[in-house]
Amino acid sequence: MSTSFHIVVCGSVVPDPLQTLEPVIGPGGPALKNEMMLPAVLDPWAGHALYEAANLAKQKPGCKVWLVSLGPKAKLQQVMMTVAQKVPFELVALDGPASGFTDSFETAAALAGAIGGIAGLERARLLLFGGWESASRGAGATLQMVGERLGITEQFQGVDELRVRQDGSFEVLERIEGGRHQVSVCAAPPAVLGWATGHLPEPRNNPQVGMVNMRTVMPALQRAKAATMAPAGLKFTAVSLPKQQRATRIVKNMPAEEIAREIVAWVSEE
Amino acid sequence: MEPILLLAHVEADGTLGKPALEALAAALALGGEVSMGLVGATVEAAANQVAGCGAVRFLGVSGEPFGQARYATDAAAAEALCRASGAPLVIAAATSRWARVLPGVAYRLGGRVDTHVTSIAAADGTLAVSRWFYRQRMEAVLTRAERPWIVLLEAGCVAAWSGPADAAAVEAVPVGGVETRTTVTGIEAPKAGEQTIRPDAKLLFVAGAGWTKKQADGAVHAAEAEALIMGFLRAAKASLGGSKSLVDLSGEGEAVLHCMTHLNQIGQTGATPRHPKGLSTCCHGEEPHVVGWRFVTERRAVNLDANCGWARGKADVLYVADAFEVMRQVNRLL
Repeated sequence: MSTSFHIVVCGSVVPDPLQTLEPVIGPGGPALKNEMMLPAVLDPWAGHALYEAANLAKQKPGCKVWLVSLGPKAKLQQVMMTVAQKVPFELVALDGPASGFTDSFETAAALAGAIGGIAGLERARLLLFGGWESASRGAGATLQMVGERLGITEQFQGVDELRVRQDGSFEVLERIEGGRHQVSVCAAPPAVLGWATGHLPEPRNNPQVGMVNMRTVMPALQRAKAATMAPAGLKFTAVSLPKQQRATRIVKNMPAEEIAREIVAWVSEE
Repeated sequence: MEPILLLAHVEADGTLGKPALEALAAALALGGEVSMGLVGATVEAAANQVAGCGAVRFLGVSGEPFGQARYATDAAAAEALCRASGAPLVIAAATSRWARVLPGVAYRLGGRVDTHVTSIAAADGTLAVSRWFYRQRMEAVLTRAERPWIVLLEAGCVAAWSGPADAAAVEAVPVGGVETRTTVTGIEAPKAGEQTIRPDAKLLFVAGAGWTKKQADGAVHAAEAEALIMGFLRAAKASLGGSKSLVDLSGEGEAVLHCMTHLNQIGQTGATPRHPKGLSTCCHGEEPHVVGWRFVTERRAVNLDANCGWARGKADVLYVADAFEVMRQVNRLL
C-alpha cells in the first residue's frame, strides 16, 4: 500500500498570545476589542500540525500538503508572510471570521466545503490534520465535524506522534488522562488527526521556501471565497474577563526553614 | 426542564469514573428527567453503581468493541444511545474518550456541541452553560436553540454523585456493524518512567524556567533541581506542571529537567488542571502564563522577585526566597 499521503492541514489565525484581550459585545455578538488591530499568529496547535505534515511529506515522496485557513483575508496575508517561510504547502484560503465566538459547526461546514473543492485531492490518501483545539474557541470540536462531513470515521485527537509503517498503516499516539498516551494502529487513510504538541520544534525561516510558497499564497488569498458564519441558535448572554486579583501576602526575609514549615503545614491541611 | 441523557463510558475496571459521576451530579441538579446511557465492554456493574441516582432509564451499549476508546465504535454507540433516548439535552464528562467523539456525534444527530463547559444552569426553563474562550482568558455564558445539545462538562467543576448501589435494569441498545480500520494496541506511560501527572492530586506543583538558570554560585544545578522536584512530588503525592519556557527548553534538547515534557505544560498552550492547591516555584511572566493557574483554588508561590506579575495578585502567598533552599527544607520536613 502507498505511503504517499495527501495531507490537508486546517489552521487559522489567533491573536498573539502576548496581547491583552478584552471582550466587547457588538450587534453581531461578542468580539475582541480592536480585534483587527491585534497582531495575529498561526494558531499554535495548528502550527504543530503543519510542521508535522511537512515533516511527513519530506520523509515520504509523493506526499503533498495543503493548508486550509479560514480567517479575515488581511490577517491571513499578514500571518502567511511568516508561516510561508517555514515549510512548503499550498494555501487554500477562506475569507471569514477567525473569532473564538464563531461556532465550530459553521466553521466545520466552511472548511469541509473548501477541502471538498481542492482539485486533485485523493480522498483515499487523505490525512486531515489540524490542532486538537484552537487558542481562540478552544472547543476541540471542529475537526471531528469536518471529518464527519467528509465521511471519515477514523479519527484521533490529542495526537503527539504518528509513525508510518512500510505497509501504509500508521501508529498514532493520542493523549489521554494522567499524562499517558493511547496507542492505536490505523490500517490505512483516510483519517483525521487533531494534533497536540507533537515532537517537532518550529522550523527556522527559510526565504527560499517562502518564495516558492508565496507564488501560490497570494493567488490563493485573492481567490479566497467569503465564508459567512451565522449561528442562528447560539446566543451569548455574557462575556467577561475573570476577576483574578488576589490580595497576595508577600513574605520577605523569612528563613527558608520557616517558609518550609509553613508550606508543609499548608500542604498537609485537609 | 428538558429530558436529559447522561452519557458515560465504563472504565477498565467496569465502574464509572469520577468525571462521569460529576457529570451525573450536574445532570441531576438540573431537575429534569435523567436517563443514563452507558458504553463499555460490560455495563451492568456500572449501572448498578448508580442505580440509586433516580435515572428513569438505563440504556447500554456493550460488547468487546466498546471496551476500548476508539472513534468509530464510540461514535456509533453514542449516536445509538442518543437516538434511543430521544433526549434533547445530552451531558457527558469531558474525558479524552468523549471529547474525541461527541462533536462528531452532534453532527450526525444534526445537533450542536459545547465542550469544556464549567457550569450548567437552568433559569426559567432556559438552559445556559459557561465556558472559557481564548485559552481561559475570558468566560462566556451561552444558550442554544438547536437540539440535541451535547454538553461536555469539565472534570472538577461539581462534586461527584454518590449513593447506594443497587440492581439496575439495563435496556440493551443495538448498534449495527461498525466498520473500523483502527485497532487500539495499548497505553504508553510517560517515558520518564515515573508518573508525574496526577489529575486527582490535591496539590499541583508548578516548576518554572528559573530552576534551570544559573544560581547564586554562577552554576546551573539542573540535576539537583530535578531531584528536589521529584522528591517533593513523591513525598507530597503532587502533580507536576511546568511553564511553557521550561517545557520548551526540554523539547529543544537542552540538559534540563528530564521529568518535564509537553504533557506537563500548563498555560495557554498547555493544560489547565484543577487542583485544590497549587505551589509555583521559579515561575515568571505575565498574563499568558497565569491561565494555567486559574482553576487552582489555593495558590502559593516561591519566587526571588517580589514584584513578579505572575505571583502578585495571582497567588495568596508569595514567599520571596530561593526555591532550591526552600524545597530542600520542605523535602526534609516531609
